[in-house]
Amino acid sequence: MVATSVDPMIRIENVSKFYGHFRALDQVSLDVQAGEVLMIVGPSGSGKSTLLRCINHLEVPDAGRIVVDGILVDNDEKHINAVRAEVGMVFQRFELFPHLTVIDNICLAQQKVRRRSRAESQTIARALLEKVGIPEQAQKYPEQLSGGQQQRVAIARALAMQPKIMLFDEPTSALDPEMIKEVLDVMLALAHEGMTMVVVSHEMGFARNAAHRVAFMDQGRIVEQGPPDKIFGTPQHDRTQLFLSRILH
Amino acid sequence: MTVDHERPEIQPRPRDLRAHLDEFPWWLLIILSVIGYMVVQIIVDPIYRNIFNTILQGLSTTLYVTAISFVFALIFGLFLGLGRVSNSVILRNLSITYIEFIRGVPMLVLIFTISYAVVPLLARTFGLPNNAISLTSRAIIALVLIYGAYIAEVFRAGIEAIGRGQMEAGRSLGMSRWQTMLYVILPQATRNMLPALGNDLIALLKDTSLVSVLGVREITQVSRLSVSTSFRYEETYFILTLFYLSMTLILSLLLQWIQRRAKIKR
Repeated sequence: MVATSVDPMIRIENVSKFYGHFRALDQVSLDVQAGEVLMIVGPSGSGKSTLLRCINHLEVPDAGRIVVDGILVDNDEKHINAVRAEVGMVFQRFELFPHLTVIDNICLAQQKVRRRSRAESQTIARALLEKVGIPEQAQKYPEQLSGGQQQRVAIARALAMQPKIMLFDEPTSALDPEMIKEVLDVMLALAHEGMTMVVVSHEMGFARNAAHRVAFMDQGRIVEQGPPDKIFGTPQHDRTQLFLSRILH
Repeated sequence: MTVDHERPEIQPRPRDLRAHLDEFPWWLLIILSVIGYMVVQIIVDPIYRNIFNTILQGLSTTLYVTAISFVFALIFGLFLGLGRVSNSVILRNLSITYIEFIRGVPMLVLIFTISYAVVPLLARTFGLPNNAISLTSRAIIALVLIYGAYIAEVFRAGIEAIGRGQMEAGRSLGMSRWQTMLYVILPQATRNMLPALGNDLIALLKDTSLVSVLGVREITQVSRLSVSTSFRYEETYFILTLFYLSMTLILSLLLQWIQRRAKIKR
């Protein structure tokens, strides 16, 4: 990345997080530039999801500070809502609203948060369903869809809020293998459009095709980071090598 | 030459008589027989018929007290339940205190306390005479205050049964805690709570008999008054039992039907 004087989209400074005495995050610092696709990899329990969830304040750091697009993410409800309006999130288990149809899933927050009319939100929802490739599923309930389709609805739901940043928390790890590609394709298209993305995932194909930078985390720290070729090709740290040897063959 | 392996067509084994007999709702048949026997008695025996007609006069009060109390207990219970799961330490502890208070005292005692102590005390505070509030109203107030606490626990369990991820999904879309509760959590929780709420409705119907101690003329009180002059204990109390049994049976079948429909509709 070329160093610029422009402020990063996400700035994470010395963030620590404890669960009891367990140190989930240990003074992590990280910048994400606008339009950058950052991938976070690491063994389970390394703190990658926790770090991601700190960005939109689903987890509250015990120390350090996070600034998203110039807004300080602290306990101020106004700041939290402002940040969440700009940050979309996709969960491992989709977390669609099971009592609402697909289109209503995508429209709910548009109407309640963005104050869009029913007609306007539905137009946006249909366009997004088209974009993620399942326009014909609008009137179905989430449980009637496959996992891959559900995750694509979840992405459309987040995009409907027109976020500047998208966070992906292991978006493909709850999916059957044959459905992973359809979700990754949607993410790939987003990345190519210039969306700022932070992705916690072990999908190496996605990393090679879309990620600008890969950060390897272990025991609550970022052990090393760099372009995907470098991290996967010539990792510097023993722990990175050990981890990669387990997930790559 | 290849042998054509004709696959034998396998039919599901026909359900035998035994399986049908095992699943038949014998309990319902027994209860209906008892009710049927009593109905015949009421039709053929003028003594039974007289007592039946007397008790019937209290039926509207029983149903009315049950319905009004349940509606208000639902509303009160919803707010108590939301307070119970609130992030606010004050709201949460106020709700828990109230709920534990109610659950720790026998219902009969609470009915006395609320009707003869709490309500008059509040009436005096607002400058009303002691008898400004009718006994039926006091009975309803007591049942609402008691059942609100029970129903609050149903709401709490229903809300807590919805995964944390749903709240996070709502919040990550920029909705407030309240918006997510209202549009995401409660609609799902309510559906899960239908069986428990149905049980509470049936329990409330039965517990309206307790307000007879206040002199509210519902079916139990009417029966007691009738017995005190007629001395026909057996007939009166058998018929009173019949009343409650029929009502709870109808209600429980009705609730099962509603639940089945809610399941199909979703």
